[in-house]
Amino acid sequence: MTAATPSKQLRRHEWLTLLQRAAVSRRGTVGLSLAGFVVLVAVVGAIWTPDSPTAFLYEPLQKPSVQVLLGGDYLGRDVLSRVLAGGWVLLVMAVAATVIGVSLGAFQGIEAAYLGGRTDTMIMRGMDVFLAFPAIVLALLIVGTVGPKLWLIVLAVGLGHVPQVARVMRAAALDIAERDYVKAVELQGVKPTRIITGEILPNLVSPLMVELGLRLTYSIVVIAGLSFLGFGQQPPAPSWGNMISENRIGLQTNPWAVVVPAALIALLAIGTNLFADAVARAAIGADREVEQAFVRTEAAKASQ
Amino acid sequence: MTAPIRLQVQGLQVCLAGTKTDVVSEVDFEVAPGEVLGLVGESGSGKTTVALALLGYARRGLRITGGQVLVDGQEILGIPERELPALRGRQVAYVPQEPAAALNPVRRVGKQVAEVLRVHEGRGSQDGDVAGRVREVLSAVDLPTDPAFLRRFPHQLSGGQQQRIVIAMAFACRPGVIVFDEPTTGLDVTTQRHFLELIAELCATSGVAAVYVSHDLAVVGQVAKTVAVMYAGRIVELGPTAAVFETPRHPYTRLLMRAVPSLDKAEVMEGIEGLPPRPASRPAGCSFAARCPDVGPECLSHPPATVDISESHRVRCVRVRRDVHGAGGRPAVQLLNATEARAAVLEVKGLRASFGSNEVLHDIGFTLPEDTCVAVVGESGSGKTTLARCIIGMHTNWLGSIRYEGDELPHGARQRGKDVLKRIQYVFQDPYTALNPRKTVGQLVAQPIGHFYALSRAEVDARVVKVLENVSLSADFLNRYPDQLSGGERQRAAIARALAAEPDLLVCDEVSSALDVSVQATIIELLRRLQAEHRLAMLFITHNLALVRGIAQSVIVLSQGQVVEEGPVEEVFERPRDPYTIRLMSDAPRLSAAATGSGQTPTAPAGRAEEG
Amino acid sequence: MIARAGTRRRAYVRAHPIASLVAGRTGQGIITLLLVSLVVFAATQLLPGNAARAILGFSATPQRIHALELELGLYRGWWSQYWGWLSGLPVGRLGTSLANSEPVWRLVEPRLLNSAVLVVVSGLTGCVLGIALGAVAALRHGSLLDNSMTVGALAVLAVPEFVVAIGVVILFSTVVFHLFPGVSLLTPGENILQAPRLLVLPALSLVIVTIPYVYRMTRAATLEALESPYVEMARLKGVPRWRVLVQHALPNALPPTIQVVGLTFLRLAGGIVLVEEVFDFPGIGQGLVNAVTDRDIPVIQFIVIALAAFYVVVNITTDVLALLCSPRRRIPA
Repeated sequence: MTAATPSKQLRRHEWLTLLQRAAVSRRGTVGLSLAGFVVLVAVVGAIWTPDSPTAFLYEPLQKPSVQVLLGGDYLGRDVLSRVLAGGWVLLVMAVAATVIGVSLGAFQGIEAAYLGGRTDTMIMRGMDVFLAFPAIVLALLIVGTVGPKLWLIVLAVGLGHVPQVARVMRAAALDIAERDYVKAVELQGVKPTRIITGEILPNLVSPLMVELGLRLTYSIVVIAGLSFLGFGQQPPAPSWGNMISENRIGLQTNPWAVVVPAALIALLAIGTNLFADAVARAAIGADREVEQAFVRTEAAKASQ
Repeated sequence: MTAPIRLQVQGLQVCLAGTKTDVVSEVDFEVAPGEVLGLVGESGSGKTTVALALLGYARRGLRITGGQVLVDGQEILGIPERELPALRGRQVAYVPQEPAAALNPVRRVGKQVAEVLRVHEGRGSQDGDVAGRVREVLSAVDLPTDPAFLRRFPHQLSGGQQQRIVIAMAFACRPGVIVFDEPTTGLDVTTQRHFLELIAELCATSGVAAVYVSHDLAVVGQVAKTVAVMYAGRIVELGPTAAVFETPRHPYTRLLMRAVPSLDKAEVMEGIEGLPPRPASRPAGCSFAARCPDVGPECLSHPPATVDISESHRVRCVRVRRDVHGAGGRPAVQLLNATEARAAVLEVKGLRASFGSNEVLHDIGFTLPEDTCVAVVGESGSGKTTLARCIIGMHTNWLGSIRYEGDELPHGARQRGKDVLKRIQYVFQDPYTALNPRKTVGQLVAQPIGHFYALSRAEVDARVVKVLENVSLSADFLNRYPDQLSGGERQRAAIARALAAEPDLLVCDEVSSALDVSVQATIIELLRRLQAEHRLAMLFITHNLALVRGIAQSVIVLSQGQVVEEGPVEEVFERPRDPYTIRLMSDAPRLSAAATGSGQTPTAPAGRAEEG
Repeated sequence: MIARAGTRRRAYVRAHPIASLVAGRTGQGIITLLLVSLVVFAATQLLPGNAARAILGFSATPQRIHALELELGLYRGWWSQYWGWLSGLPVGRLGTSLANSEPVWRLVEPRLLNSAVLVVVSGLTGCVLGIALGAVAALRHGSLLDNSMTVGALAVLAVPEFVVAIGVVILFSTVVFHLFPGVSLLTPGENILQAPRLLVLPALSLVIVTIPYVYRMTRAATLEALESPYVEMARLKGVPRWRVLVQHALPNALPPTIQVVGLTFLRLAGGIVLVEEVFDFPGIGQGLVNAVTDRDIPVIQFIVIALAAFYVVVNITTDVLALLCSPRRRIPA
């Protein structure tokens, strides 16, 4: 007879298992490496750069050489330093926007699912309105009226995530709430709050992790895009998106000022997307692509 | 003189794709024209794999790696892939398990039946010929042939009609062999009986050789002359149905027969402990050795050879005893007398339940005495599950009165007091969704204890261990998650969870229909023992009449939301009065009838059909 | 009484599924648009701080603020402002651009046309290519071609549109080849149809961004259909491969594919914002960015409403088309 007793058991942390499984899969490893590389660059640059990112050190659009590895930008600043320093704000903003968006969205979605009825309809109808705006248009709308403040951008992008996350989490929560094991606990007369925390939430970890990954990629894309349009960190502070925009005129002369930040954004986005996909596959079982689960739910809806 | 052989299978082997791990191996059998061979086995035995292989088809992840399948001498395996479509549907046809899924939802049914003709009869055939044959084949299965019916989509047909369409498709090109893969799953007993008669008739008149795959021994007994029993990918016994069922030689077959519930006698059902080995972990010796009561040292070292008992009966077992007669009787069940007067635990009067404005239960009334098990039987759609849900408080749209120990029960579980909720417990049908996948068995069972009792941690833990013991789950299961458990173990955990609250009334809703026969027997026996030990009142919902005998004292028969008959089990089963009950009892397939060779249904004529 | 009315309505819905769907969605769409207009209005004219002051920015003198407030009608009550604006929309009284002092419609109309052409061309090309590749990948499931295309699509999916656009510019316009102009500057009065060469690179960028998503979804839908029980049954009936694909798999893969095409056009509506900026393409995306930079409120309001209307129309269309392809939903059992 083993000494194990119910209350002193090892808890299997699902989110950790998912991450581990994703990290060891092929896509996950590639994704982590790509994204990790870019994060490293950004983190290093946040602490140290070879030269000042804002000082005018060289000729405008000076070509790269051994001393000036990436050349000069259109105003003569050191591209390498600007590239190193121009990423961490994007990362912080993207993570913040994702966390805000997913938490708010998940909360709304689960609330709508459990309360049901008119509250549910009202919440989801409200969400539908925001779905009518492409994310970047919504962000532009908000930013355009109040001003390109960074915290506002984070908020705007976060809000853009809410409808989609709410939809996904609501569907997942509804699905779980219908299961027999939840009903079994309801039949004991357990209070709704405890049912949500005890039975439903633990089963939502999986879809939540998947959404976090997908939304992170999207946050990066939108925030970088906004900064490209000029709604982000204001010059002279370096940001990758901004660098792409301002150095475009010098593409023929020193393309690196555009290519390197563009490549870094691309690698970051690709890396996070690959890893997010790996997490999703770890959640659903890896022999199918993620979209097939989506298609199957669509097909199930069609046969109702 | 050798009788003509239509289908010959030799050494069939199917492996996991890309490996040498076999899923099915050394499968040999023959079927003559007009004959039906039953292929029985529990889940994982490989019977569907064999069925599909007869058409040269293997599902994703599997590959046919060896053996021969000959139809009238024509090779099915071993021919190039691109020649197979010409044979499928034409020489060998397949009737699938779930017709609703097997029919293309966006094509009209007439077109789908015509398709098999167009594909095989070649471009030369006129439209008129095809249409004529379609009508012919549809009327042979008792389906309408008017254009309006042919223009329907599959979802516009009933389950029985869908099943007939797929049979029509199978017979359309006059194949030599038809493979039926569990075709009566989901059909109600009467439809199933008609279906079996239809198959027997069609096979006899057209001389088709049929292979009938099923897990239901009684059904196979109705329709098949020869039966092959599969276990862990091999045929362990093959012989005439009567012989195999009456005097099974292989230990597995014998145990299986002892697990099948009997409609006519209240007998103990004996389950088989343990699980069959998965393909990758099959032992070097006999796959059944771990669970076999007759196991000997030679069983563990190498796989058993086939032993011929008679000309047509062979067994894959080295310990076969030629002197055994019969499967052995089973002890009778000791159930408490139903007629003794007892206090009523549950009184239902004038219950009318509805879904929206649609009334599904009309004026139900019955009493459940203490210490008694009452079975509620009915076909799908009879309202038995709704009844259970009204009693337990999951379904709230009802009128009438349900009294528990004299007090009126509120409609929903939310309005009921904690005491009542504790004393009435429910066991769900599907063990695969009844347990929270994120909780361990220990946590699942501890939860109601913690909710209903104010006990210290240690006390709760002690109780959990005790309850698990009560359902024969060792303390090892405490830390296991549901996905690490088999179906039977999960259901036992679910029962433990219900018992942990120490109820007085247990409602069991089709608790064994998702389980194999051998596992079902264990669960039913467990419930019977628990009911007796804990003096529970039990409401046992099922569509399987035979189960009722082994566990219940009284029975209520529901049909379309009404009680048509009720009374002690013996009375109702042996002397039914209501026409519905009479029909139900006569349509239900019986193992004993098959064993004695006299079925209730007109089977194929004795002796083989003359032409091919 | 209520129950009976409900059953009557349900009976009507069952008898006329398409009409009910269109009516229902149109109703919802109108409500959505109204709510969107409220949000837009609130965002642009009601936020804290004086709107006029915010618009004028540094050049705000008390007189100018006063004048602008009069012009914007900020003295009127909230509701009257909203109604004034809203009632003008359907009639075409869209107000005057604050940046150019021209009627909004005159500014926006050519941009609308250009963007419409861009979206339609990119969308159709992207969808056709994506669907074709997705179907091929599903048929060659598990092959090297399939695996590499699928992972490749996953990667390209993630790259932001403007980065793709920059890449396209570098590749085809400035650094590597010099095939197409890097900016799509039209002469005033010209529209894009008269200078199709300027369409190529922006469209190419959008196509590159669109294909991966359509590809993955089509592949998934086709695989689902190919692995379904009814396709297995068709094979077991002896139906030849091509027939199975065309008559059994594809018709069932259609509804999700339609949804995907709809979603693609919706994503393109957002994608044009950045791509037009990269190429200086005179469409509503660029128009919106300029309007936001200039705080040109009437223009912002109109463009956002136009995009929302596009969203509603695309949604209704895809829902109706998907319904037409699903007899199970269209015809009662």
